[in-house]
Amino acid sequence: MSAAERFAALPRLLAADQDLLRRGRWLTVECRVDVGSEPFFLSIRDGSLAALERGARLMRSTAFSFRATDEAWTNYWQPMPAPGWHDLFALAKRGAASMEGDLRPFLQNLQYFKDLLALPRREAN
Amino acid sequence: MAPALEPMVGRYVRLEIEGVPHRIYFEEAGPKDRGGIPLVCLHTAGADNRQYRHLLADPEVTRRFRVLAFDLPWHGKSTPPDGWERGEYRLTTQSYTAAIRAFCKTMELDKPVVMGCSIGGRIVLNLAIAHAAEFRALIALEAADFQQPWYDTAWLHRPDVHGGEVCAALVSGLIAPQSPAVSRHETLWMYMQGGPGIFKGDLYFYRVDGDLSEKVRTIDTKVCPLYLLTGEYDFSCTPEDTLRTAKQIPGVEVTIMKEVGHFPMSENPAQFRKYILPVLDKIR
Repeated sequence: MSAAERFAALPRLLAADQDLLRRGRWLTVECRVDVGSEPFFLSIRDGSLAALERGARLMRSTAFSFRATDEAWTNYWQPMPAPGWHDLFALAKRGAASMEGDLRPFLQNLQYFKDLLALPRREAN
Repeated sequence: MAPALEPMVGRYVRLEIEGVPHRIYFEEAGPKDRGGIPLVCLHTAGADNRQYRHLLADPEVTRRFRVLAFDLPWHGKSTPPDGWERGEYRLTTQSYTAAIRAFCKTMELDKPVVMGCSIGGRIVLNLAIAHAAEFRALIALEAADFQQPWYDTAWLHRPDVHGGEVCAALVSGLIAPQSPAVSRHETLWMYMQGGPGIFKGDLYFYRVDGDLSEKVRTIDTKVCPLYLLTGEYDFSCTPEDTLRTAKQIPGVEVTIMKEVGHFPMSENPAQFRKYILPVLDKIR
């Protein structure tokens, strides 16, 4: 299964995590996550994923984006990731990921986003 | 049933740092009057001495060492100095070095060992550079002469981002995935409890004031032995950063710790013990 296909399971994975939904309850935001060359648009409402749209959308506006290479996500989602591949900021520091836009909602809810974007780790590839 | 008391005892000591009166909290365990080697432990930026509670409670350590872990001013239970509300907190090489030396002098410690982690590890390198003769041995955890920044510290102290939660969430990635969940979250809890702007002020020392590149070449390990230990999952102070630093210091002993990140003593005490006991064994 490709990294993008694994990420497409995010709505189901988040819906099953009551604790993460609770921690994200203050968050409503539009953001973008790129898995390699594939963009995903996340509509987060009160911590839930109201929509996850896969693929390019013309002139779609988002608060911020987080992009990482296929290699970065594949390593990040290992059950026990290797050193340097185990955290979003570790990926960014090694040049395999980047974040742009208004990072305030990202930083205000940083542990939520770290845990949200790690959810595919729960399912063996 | 007898109460399950832990062996460490906490007290406050009054001392002056750079001429300013301070009330410093510390905990200690181990032989005080029977020849115990003083081992002073320095916590990481934005945290406090609770990071060393497992070491303080380890009879294998306190058999020979008098372990003392103090909270830096503005941290944990150490009171900020009078008038703290009128200025921005910034730790510097000078103020940090002065705090450690004031604590050791006031407590009348005879040639103590100092072990520090992260900013505590960096300042240990400065002790080796500038005050080596005062110490029996120096142990720097997660330390290097300098490191590449990996985030903007402006996010750590602003009214629209919860300081405690963002500090904890940022450093959460520095903990190894193998570390027990309970220890991971206890480590993060300390970060959630830091005073506003304190983690950021500590990082002023780390990022701006405390670059020791070139200076580490002057360290003489014959005057005071120096040990460097870094966790393989620490991407803030990477093993490569520590190994680069060690290459410049003849006689230094360096260890890369497996399955440990930036907070070895608190994120995985059992794993850290495997690495620190052999180092402590060498210190007489």
